[in-house]
Amino acid sequence: MKNIYLDNNATTCVAPEVIKEMMPYFEELWGNPSSMHFFGGQVQQYIELARAQVAELIGAADPSEIVFTSCGTESNNMAIYGVAEALGSGYKIITTRVEHPAILATCRHFKEHGHEVVEIGVDGNGRINLEELKKELSSGPAIVSTMWANNETGVIFPIDEICEIVKNAGGIFHTDAVQAVGKLSINVSETPVDMLSLSGHKIHAPKGIGAIYIRKGTKLKTFMTGGHQERGRRAGTENVPYIVGLGKACNMAKEFIASGQETTVAKLRDKLEQGILANCLDTTVNGDIAHRLPNTTNISFQYIEGESILYHLSDIGVAASSGSACTSGSLEPSHVIRAMGVPFTSAHGSTRFSLSRYTTEKEIDYVIENMPTIANRLREMSPFV
Amino acid sequence: MWDYTNKVMDHFRNPRNVGTIENPDGVGDVGSLACGDALRLMFKLDNEKKKITDAKFQTFGCASAIASSSALTEMIKGMTLEEAGNVTNQNIADYLGGLPDQKMHCSVMGKEALEVAIENYHTGKCSKVILEGEVICKCFGVTRKEIEHVIQENDLHEVDDVMNYCKAGGGCGGCKPDIAEIITEVRAEMTPATEAPQRKMTIVEKVRLIEETIEREIRPALQKDGGDLDFVDLAGNKVVVSFRGMCAQCKSAQFTMKDVVEAKLREFVSKDIIVEEDKA
Repeated sequence: MKNIYLDNNATTCVAPEVIKEMMPYFEELWGNPSSMHFFGGQVQQYIELARAQVAELIGAADPSEIVFTSCGTESNNMAIYGVAEALGSGYKIITTRVEHPAILATCRHFKEHGHEVVEIGVDGNGRINLEELKKELSSGPAIVSTMWANNETGVIFPIDEICEIVKNAGGIFHTDAVQAVGKLSINVSETPVDMLSLSGHKIHAPKGIGAIYIRKGTKLKTFMTGGHQERGRRAGTENVPYIVGLGKACNMAKEFIASGQETTVAKLRDKLEQGILANCLDTTVNGDIAHRLPNTTNISFQYIEGESILYHLSDIGVAASSGSACTSGSLEPSHVIRAMGVPFTSAHGSTRFSLSRYTTEKEIDYVIENMPTIANRLREMSPFV
Repeated sequence: MWDYTNKVMDHFRNPRNVGTIENPDGVGDVGSLACGDALRLMFKLDNEKKKITDAKFQTFGCASAIASSSALTEMIKGMTLEEAGNVTNQNIADYLGGLPDQKMHCSVMGKEALEVAIENYHTGKCSKVILEGEVICKCFGVTRKEIEHVIQENDLHEVDDVMNYCKAGGGCGGCKPDIAEIITEVRAEMTPATEAPQRKMTIVEKVRLIEETIEREIRPALQKDGGDLDFVDLAGNKVVVSFRGMCAQCKSAQFTMKDVVEAKLREFVSKDIIVEEDKA
């Protein structure tokens, strides 16, 4: 069996079509788009084409509302920094306890610099507490940032509802949609977010390219200063091949969603989940299964530990990830799992499988077949079983 | 992925001595589900109750926790109880060809389970005295004695080291100042690496030793933060220094003086040294 990659929320393979699209911009069209000669001049049009492709995927009315960045983290930093600096410390910053560190760390930075910062909690299924959000919004103007979908559990926040609540309260709303873009149908013309972050390497473009949607009229202080690129909103020579790659990847994602193929991914995910739950003892699913990304399942194996599970999976060629302490880079389980109040008996054995459009049924069958052996080996060793 | 040695991976993939022993002579339980790792160690002695003839383990934890447990059981089989009592966590790590810094606590867990099991044999008690007493790290339930123990046994200097070795401070981090204090206390009491001279030092020797200690142990740390200090005077056991650079305006200079300068001079020069700042 070849390697089976079920860690697509961490990163995805670059689609061969994307690589093909990018190559000419290394080999021939390598000019600087700002240059006053044909080497550069001929390149700008392809950046604008890619911008239109990104805008189309998320339903942005005008491609000029898309700014290219280096990654999702930069987009997130730029959003929080940009509005917090532009609006000043009179604006409270509201976010949630389950955000990506790119948001949490940036918000905490502003907490140290005079802003009131509030992190809203989630329930046991990872659902946002909307009443708490309303309450926090009642005390004055605010910048709100919540993710569209969670990277660890796949839980989707009710963005339409959140957006309405924030807009009614006169707030500014940013959403980290890094995990949602390319997996869900997104339309910012219908969901009036002010800003939205996305990342290339989660949707089969390479690492090192991201984008942010900034609705026209949103006041933002420039985060990266220098040249006039991206209409002065993000300085730095454009990463042309990667921008073209992101455009192509967005174009492919658009077709993928339009053709309903996410349902196929969801079916495989459900098969995997049910297969594991049925064949492995003491397993539970983390997160709201009714509102979840089609490609993600987060399963807790009680009484055994995540890192050990991952190493054994890796030995049989299967790549997954875990929210256990030993893999979270700290001594405690992931902040998402803790915010949900998952009991310790389950938290350390939480394992995430995230599929992609390239995942096959054969691969899923292989994992279902081999997972019980791994879990049982570790259970036999556990003093708690 | 962690940078595990082949030996760690071998003991993880093919753990030795997994299971339990019927009527064991000693049982040691450490860790918990909440902490993310736990180990139950059992051993059986020969008829003379001298040598360990069998050892088994059950572990809940990561790859290095399993490997450390497996290594421990292999190591102690055939040992007398006295020999087993002298096994250190470093011995376990060394047996595995080393462990990543952040995983040293797995070897400490092994060592603690062994201590508890030996104590259990002798007294019938189920937990070792080092695991009792004042709890410093509430997140992971680590006691003062446990922290003191890892500092002494592994010659630790930094709060992060203590975290890597016994997890203390690795949760909310609220106890980090307490851990820093414990480090200072323990290090002040530890026998200096360079034995203090038997005969009384001459004043010239003392001055030279103070200068050397400042140069080697103190100055580099201060300069890292843009500061420095001068050795101004010596009167009996009183050392007078003056801070320069960033240290001169630093709010924690008082802390630096007592907990760094004085602690180091006491460690390397003489236990009775008192450091004062030159106010002139």
